[in-house]
This record gives sequence, structure tokens and C-alpha cells, in this order.
Amino acid sequence: MADLHFLANPARFRRFSQRVLPGLGFATVLMLCVGLYMAFFVAPADYQQGQTVRIMFLHVPSAWLSMMGYALLAGLGASLLVWRHPLAALMARAAAPVGASFAAVCLLTGSLWGRPMWGTYWVWDARLTSMLLLFFLYLGHIALSRAYDEPERGDRAAAILALIGVINLPIIKFSVDWWNTLHQPASVTRLDAPAIHNSILVPLLWMAVSLLFLFVFLVLLRTETEIDRRRLENAAAQEEGAPA
Amino acid sequence: MSNHAAFILASYLAAFVILGGLVIASLSARNRVRRELDQRGLAPRGSAPRGVDRKR
Amino acid sequence: MMGGFTALLARDLRLVWRQPGDVGVVLAFYVVAVVLFPLGIGPETNVLQRIAAGVLWSAALFAALLSLERLFAADHEDGTLDLLLLAPWPLELAALAKCTSHWIVTGLPLSLLAPVLGVAFGLDGESLLALFATLLIGTPTLSLIGGLAAALTLGARKSGALLALLALPLCVPTLIFGAGAVETLAAGEGLATHLAILGALALVALGTTPWAIAAALRQAGE
Repeated sequence: MADLHFLANPARFRRFSQRVLPGLGFATVLMLCVGLYMAFFVAPADYQQGQTVRIMFLHVPSAWLSMMGYALLAGLGASLLVWRHPLAALMARAAAPVGASFAAVCLLTGSLWGRPMWGTYWVWDARLTSMLLLFFLYLGHIALSRAYDEPERGDRAAAILALIGVINLPIIKFSVDWWNTLHQPASVTRLDAPAIHNSILVPLLWMAVSLLFLFVFLVLLRTETEIDRRRLENAAAQEEGAPA
Repeated sequence: MSNHAAFILASYLAAFVILGGLVIASLSARNRVRRELDQRGLAPRGSAPRGVDRKR
Repeated sequence: MMGGFTALLARDLRLVWRQPGDVGVVLAFYVVAVVLFPLGIGPETNVLQRIAAGVLWSAALFAALLSLERLFAADHEDGTLDLLLLAPWPLELAALAKCTSHWIVTGLPLSLLAPVLGVAFGLDGESLLALFATLLIGTPTLSLIGGLAAALTLGARKSGALLALLALPLCVPTLIFGAGAVETLAAGEGLATHLAILGALALVALGTTPWAIAAALRQAGE
């Protein structure tokens, strides 16, 4: 925890991120290249799903990362409301669009996976529908944090929303699962990851870690920008308030 | 199961566009804000921004 | 403490009593919105019976949202909110009182009105009763979640649309179990589980939202 407190100071965080970002970016690109190679040339075609299993290497990690992202928003929200960490608000503002983007990738890849499998571009599958609702929760967080002229007000409102949202996510998941079984008693349509052999598991995990690197890279980069932007806004506000 | 190459490629393309687009947008936003800070001649990098550091 | 709760509740209800048209508008909206569906889909009884629960529940959700934007805004504007922040009783209680008054004025009438409209959708007596019961238990949850969305968007730009964007995803579980209950009844199963789950959802909302609303109101007051 000492490390986190060290980084809570925006200035120190900025110095940290400036040192780390270039290397992290390079590592991310490298890992993604290896991951893509594995996804296309190492992993075999699944005996059930054929080549389309390769879409899983994007779809499943995106799902994980979008959920992790929302948990991050909730943690940052708690950090802001309870301990008033100055960086928490800025990082939440930075991270929300990243998580939302991964949710969007998950939805799109899920849709494109569904078309060859079941013939339609959208399946009201429990997981996809839950992910859709998570995406809406992200949109709400993004919109709310930017809905006020005073950014701090938006940050705190969004923090409350994130905490309520994270409590509701399991409830939403539970209700959507129930809804799905209610309306589709016969056929079982589930966007499951296929039976896990190593040849599928290793590329999947590698892609997951690579995309995690990308997630962290984006959050650090955007947080740095938010720190600078807040400074800019404060300076502008002070200029306006200064007597002639 | 047949090939469905189009869907696989479309998925990776969509992911590339969304995530790559986010990277590009984030980098350009950072550069834009930095330029504006430099224009105003504001404090050197790594210094504490006022108004954010509440707990002093 | 209870005195504070009842005082606030009584005040809100008195304000509504002076302007009964406000309630009327929400109910009128509900009727018009519900009527749109047969007009848009066609009057075939089979189809209407199938969609009745979903339509009546979803429209109730939208109608309940309508009056939320003003829930705290009026108090915020005339300074009552600042007084509440300084009052001796906990702000959470005031939040609960506001949500309760919203429910009495919106959710409760909607629960009574829905079965009447349900007749037009060809629902049988048992289903109508189920509709009433699920709405009665479910609409308090909607008022609580809606109250939270209203408090979070107090003074924000585009607060109306933003309020709906925030509230609707959080209301999905209630919608699913509320509308779903009526459908499982049609399939021959009992209501008990669904009502129990709706009750549990209401308790969860009751246990979390007043504190969140209070936190949001405090920020609005700063």
C-alpha cells in the first residue's frame, strides 16, 4: 500500500508515468505482435467452432478487462470519497473511456462471432446482454463526470455512481441470466469459451496479458493528460477570477 | 465448420480501430494539452498542480 | 427522528395536494404511452397478451422517471435543500422521505392503473393481480433508484436525459423480475419466488440508496 500512497501525489505520479510509459508502450506492442501471431498461426482451429474461435482471443480478454475496469472505477471512487486521494478523480476520468472501449470491443466481437455461429448479428445471450448493460453503466459514468461546469462535482457524483454500479453489477448479471433461461428454455445459446486445451489457453492468456498491458498504458497516459488538463483549467479559472 | 475469414478479420479490424483509435486520440490529447500548458508558460513538468493537491 | 420523516413526507404530500395536476400528467402519460403499443403493433389479442406485462412494466418505468427531475430541483432552487443539510435529523432520512413521497404520488397510482390497462391487453384476472402485486413491490425500488439518479444529476447539464441514462440500467433487474413474474404465471408457475426477489431488490435499494442520495445531496449543497 505504501507504493500506492507514494503515487497518490499527482506530481510524483506524473514523473513515474513519464518514465514508465515509453517502455510500457514498446512492451505492449511487442506482446500484442506475439499474441497475434499465436492467435492466428499457433492456435489450431477448434473442432466445434472452426476458425472463428480466434475471435475468442479478443472477445474474452475484452470482457475481463471491461469488468476489471469498472471495478477500478469503483475502487477509485471509494478512494476519492473516503480518503480524498487527489489522483483518484483524475484516474477515474481517464480510465472510464478505456473500460468502455473494451466493452465495445467485447460487444462487437461477440456480435461478429454470433453471425457465423447462429446466423444473426445480435443474440440476446445472457453474457452479451450483461455486457451491454455494463457498457451503458460506463456511458453513464462518462457523461455524469463531464456534466458539471465544476469538474470536481462531476468527479464525486461519478464516484458515487461507480460504487452503486459495482454493487448492482452482480444483481444485473443474476437477473439477466435468469431472464435468459426464462425466455430460451429449449436451445442453450451461450457464448462460451470453447473447451480449454493448452493450445487454446496459452494464446488466450497471452492476449489477455497483452491487452492488460494496453489497458494500463492507456490509463497511465490518459491520467497524465487529466493532470495536465486540470492544471490548465485551474489556471484559466484563476485568470478569470483575478482582479484587473 | 467453414472458414468465416471475413468475420475473423472484421473482429480484429474492429478491435484495432477502436483500441488503436483510443491510443491515437489519447496521445494527441496529451500533446495538445501539453502544448497549451507550454504556451501559457506554466510550471515545469512533474510539479504539483494546484487545486488537485487538496490534502496539504 | 420519525417526526422528521413524517414532517418531510407530509410537507411533500401537501405540496402535491395543491397541484394535483402534476400527478395527473404522469398518469396520463402512462396511458398514452401504453396505448401506443397496440397502435404500433396491431390489435391481435395473442400478441398483446404476450407483450402486456413487458409493455405495462416498461411504460411504468418511463412514467416514474418523468417526475424525478424535479424531485430535488425545486428544493434546491428555493433553499429548502440547504435547510435540510443543516437540519438535526440525518439527511438519509430526508432522502428516504423524498423517495417515499415520490412513490406515493407516482408508483402507487401506477400500480393501481396498470391492471385497468391490462384488461385492454387481454390479461386474465390472475395476471392482473400479479401485475398489481409486482408493481406494488417493484415501484418503490424504482423510486429509490430514480431518487439517486435525480440527486446525482442535480444541477447538471442535460439532467433529464442523463437521469434516465443513469437510472434505467440500474432498474433492469426490477423490470426483469417484475414483468417476468406475470409471464411465468401464464406458464403455470407460482408468483412467490418472483415477489420474494422483487422484495429483496427493494431491500437492497433501501439499504444502499439513502446513503448514496445523501452523499450526492451534500455535494450539491457545497
